[in-house]
Amino acid sequence: MRRTVHAAATTFFFAAISVPVYAVTDGSGDPAPAKQDDGKWFDKDGNPTFKVDEDGTVDWYTYSGFIRYSSECLRCHGPDGMGSSYAPALRNSMKRLSYPEFYGIVAGGKKDVSSAQELVMPANGENKNVMCFIDDIYVYLRARADDAIPRGRPEKHAPKPDSFTKAEDACMG
Amino acid sequence: MRLGSAGFLVAITTALSSGLLLAPANAQNTGDDPLTLQSNPAVVASPTISYDNHRYSPLDQINAQNVGKLQVAWTFSTGVLRGHEGAPLVIGDVMYVHAPFPNTVYALDLNNEGKILWKYEPVQDPNVIPVMCCDTVNRGLAYSNGKLFLHQADTTLVALDAKTGKVIWSAKTDDPGKGATGTSAPMVVGNFVYVGVSGGEFGVRGWLAAYDTSDGKQVWRAYSEGPDSDLLVDPQKTTMLGKPVGADSSLRTWQGDQWKIGGGDTWGWLAYDPKLDLIYYGSGNPSTWNPKQRPGDNRWSMTIFARDPKTGMAKWVYQMTPHDQWDYDGVNEMILADINVGGKQVPALVHFDRNGFGYTLNRETGELFVAEKYDPAVNWATKIDMDPKSENYARPLVVPKYSTEHNGEDVNTVGVCPAALGTKDEQPAAFSPDTGLFYVPTNHVCMDYEPFRVSYTAGQPYVGATLSMYPPPGQTNMGNFIAWDAGKGKIVWSDPEQFSVWSGALATKGGVVFYGTLEGYLKAVDANTGKELYKFKTPSGIIGNVITYEHKGKQYVAVLSGVGGWAGIGLAAGLTDPHAGLGAVGGYAALSNYTSLGGTLTVFTLPSQ
Repeated sequence: MRRTVHAAATTFFFAAISVPVYAVTDGSGDPAPAKQDDGKWFDKDGNPTFKVDEDGTVDWYTYSGFIRYSSECLRCHGPDGMGSSYAPALRNSMKRLSYPEFYGIVAGGKKDVSSAQELVMPANGENKNVMCFIDDIYVYLRARADDAIPRGRPEKHAPKPDSFTKAEDACMG
Repeated sequence: MRLGSAGFLVAITTALSSGLLLAPANAQNTGDDPLTLQSNPAVVASPTISYDNHRYSPLDQINAQNVGKLQVAWTFSTGVLRGHEGAPLVIGDVMYVHAPFPNTVYALDLNNEGKILWKYEPVQDPNVIPVMCCDTVNRGLAYSNGKLFLHQADTTLVALDAKTGKVIWSAKTDDPGKGATGTSAPMVVGNFVYVGVSGGEFGVRGWLAAYDTSDGKQVWRAYSEGPDSDLLVDPQKTTMLGKPVGADSSLRTWQGDQWKIGGGDTWGWLAYDPKLDLIYYGSGNPSTWNPKQRPGDNRWSMTIFARDPKTGMAKWVYQMTPHDQWDYDGVNEMILADINVGGKQVPALVHFDRNGFGYTLNRETGELFVAEKYDPAVNWATKIDMDPKSENYARPLVVPKYSTEHNGEDVNTVGVCPAALGTKDEQPAAFSPDTGLFYVPTNHVCMDYEPFRVSYTAGQPYVGATLSMYPPPGQTNMGNFIAWDAGKGKIVWSDPEQFSVWSGALATKGGVVFYGTLEGYLKAVDANTGKELYKFKTPSGIIGNVITYEHKGKQYVAVLSGVGGWAGIGLAAGLTDPHAGLGAVGGYAALSNYTSLGGTLTVFTLPSQ
């Protein structure tokens, strides 16, 4: 039920007529998709965002983000952005981090070392396996933070756009 | 079970090694050396308790009749929150407790209610933290002749004065800048201290090295992959299954230069047989996790090595999982036990591999006796081919449906058992010569695995696969604690556990076997039946190993708690089964609902009469 409401709230055309009390915002504001560029969605402020159809089908970038998150981030942050004994739950962090803040931490790393804890995130700026897919990871985590998709692998996803393959080949070298 | 050729192989290898047999181990009999100390059940002289990795104590004050009365004697906080693997050492009246990064070491005075005699805390660049795959664990200290040896996170090997905690020497073993880290416990044999490296998820090429205990100078270093001169193998004399490995045995099984970032790391427990004068250990997964990027058998990743401790030369090797496609590291401990196989007493090496097969080999020759599944859920291979005439002899017969190589890149291979954390990980099993059984802490988890193309950047994760984990279909327990007959390759009894059992077991002459659980329970079970006799919930989840020692005539049992490691990462939020339908999602227990971080030592004993 919750998912259905959500999908409606985050779908551009139905946004105006969906359940009015449910206004989703995260660190980048309203995630509702406003425009797209060959299957890559952006919110009204131009931040990358996710799009989940009524039947649960996610856009390609959200799906790709799940794959890359689970390979590059899971080993510290746990499955599905849920956190672990080692690193924080990103589905919570994304509720306050804006897209530029997220980008900065992923590329530049983060240190929080005190007598109580030693949290250190590496700088991924040189890591192609992360940086070539940073928007994908961002929209996946944004969708998780906004409860737009459940835990686990998205069951259905939009086809891989040609522009994605071109960009991947160019970036990965 | 093919004993027919055993005599032949033994004859060959006895001839080859007769020179070694004449010269005893290079152990010094100072009385303060590991070999001598290990014969005293009152102390815990080595990180594996004894060279043979039995994790067995002849102490029997605590036994099956009275273990139910066990009480907490004293506790100690390490002041560190991360995952606490390994166990303290007890030498004389002093207990040496280690902790994860920053790799603190405490010397505690057992004559003075655990007063801190000294504390060692190295200064290390915190940038090493994120290159430690799966938590900043450390598995402990080695001791010999007044020195403690510690392999720190940043790959600094240090020798500490056991009396003062002062650094006597330190040696840099590798480069954390490219993802190499120190997590495993060293081992001392004679004048040499042996240590391996972690970093399989960063493409670090694995090695085992010997350093001189007196000055920290490297004596030899043997890589898991590369040219013969790096491997320290003799193409004619080093054997696999009784046959010479031949020239370029590793290079032939890699495409191009992939072996240079090929993993095969060496972060497991080490073993030593003083009679045969051989050290044993295993190598980890080949890098990347995407098998398509590294065609070939990827030797000698996933391999058991038997090496000469003085020269490092390999006597025999055996690769368990050629061309790994599931992250089934071969690093788990080698248990050296003389057991009955097919009616004959044999010098066995028993190894519970991540891949779900329990292997029994001849530790002198490397001949394979038994290879059977020690969790019935294991499905990626039907069996290990035991026909010596077969071209697949001693190799797993892989089921295409579960082969991520066969299914290819960008395809989600579903329902593979075990998951990447293996049917067992580093948590060591125990062997009781009284029952002849092996006591094995296991994981009971399956996975989906999707490999894809990755590019290599030094010091950055080099993984190339997405995975999700869940219990085997229709089951909710994610672990079992089992008793295993290694001669027959059969489970004798099995105690289900809600979570993976990620704690090293301890068997005792008292007929009691101890282990810890991820919720934080120390449990004592009957060695014959597995019946639970005692449990106590310690402050945090247990991924450490249980030890026992005697002080002033009283037997104690001790364990480090402090949840973390791969278990803490994978299980913290609970598992979901992507194939169970929406209603079942989230149906499995979340570890975070049972326990939280914090390193504590808990010491148990019987109440005074």
